[in-house]
Amino acid sequence: MKKDYSKLWTLFKSMFVLSACTFGGGFVIVSLMKKKFVEDLQWLEEDEMLDVTAITQSSPGPLPVNASVIIGYRMAGVIGSLTAILGTILPPMVIISVISVFYEQFRTNPYIAVALQVMRAGVAAVIFDVVINLAGNVLKTKRVLYIGMMIVAFIATYLLDVSAMLVILTCLGIGLVDLAVTLRKKKGTVA
Amino acid sequence: MLLLKLFFAFIQVGLFSVGGGYAAIPLIQEQIVNIHGLMTLEEFSDLITVAEMTPGPISINSATFVGMRIAGIPGVLLCSIGCIIPSFCICLILAHFYYKYRTVSGVQVVLGAMRPAVVALIASAGASILMLGLFQAEIQDAVLNNLRVVELGIFVAALFLLRKFKMNAITIILGSGVVGTVIYALMGAI
Repeated sequence: MKKDYSKLWTLFKSMFVLSACTFGGGFVIVSLMKKKFVEDLQWLEEDEMLDVTAITQSSPGPLPVNASVIIGYRMAGVIGSLTAILGTILPPMVIISVISVFYEQFRTNPYIAVALQVMRAGVAAVIFDVVINLAGNVLKTKRVLYIGMMIVAFIATYLLDVSAMLVILTCLGIGLVDLAVTLRKKKGTVA
Repeated sequence: MLLLKLFFAFIQVGLFSVGGGYAAIPLIQEQIVNIHGLMTLEEFSDLITVAEMTPGPISINSATFVGMRIAGIPGVLLCSIGCIIPSFCICLILAHFYYKYRTVSGVQVVLGAMRPAVVALIASAGASILMLGLFQAEIQDAVLNNLRVVELGIFVAALFLLRKFKMNAITIILGSGVVGTVIYALMGAI
């Protein structure tokens, strides 16, 4: 039982810190979660983290909250989900509650404006670091289908503004076709 | 009564904002400004500015902002809870089925096809943020003359520290903010 508490505490603490430092939207926190839960704590496998991302992106609601629900559930069931959500929503709740009172001073402060602008460079570096590893693993599969899908999906989302959900659903469709083909091949070799 | 109205408004925001982030903004506007008149359009654009400047999901940020303005701390709690209830229920169900069936080999084949796309989505988010950092513009509007050298330096240094020394990501993000602000202050640009 004591061990469970320490796991919950680690879960809460990790999500709290990640959430408090996530400037720039859902995929930033996914990159940070991948570093924390896959690399540091080794709670999840890399593939699992990608699956969770695909699920969270295709479900309604804020991406970080969705990811917390699934990872929390994986680590400690429903209690884990609730713990992870609490860690995720507490920092923005506290920060915004305070700022809503000092809104004018905050918005017009030149130092804050500059810090937020330059921080993007750091955030981008973190995402690129994660992406280099992930893309490397996709290349290692040596499957032309996967590598091609990665490139096409990137062009579609980044240059053509296709929505993330549409990309994921399309790939789900391709996956189903891939499954049908694999099953047929297997059948063929047996017969 | 007002609190209850707020609560249900944010349940709808949580339920219909698929794709997260900026997809949620028009939805929140619809609920808060147009339908319930809880905020003026000007207040709402202030809210978006603040939400962009602070960490955390935009829908939680706006739930907190609206809740605080209208009903103080109880408002904050109620709006935020409303906003996450749909996520919680739906993702819990999905998580349950995912962990039940994910080792089935057929499911693995299908999931395998989705993973390269997820990598691409993360890369695309990274590229957008990088362009905003380096040019303060999206790629379509980026002009090479507007390249911000300080940000470029920070990006290269940060990536080097991450790759070579496995430096902590949080340290990198906060550190880049501090270092960059100091550089701009020394240059007399602030």
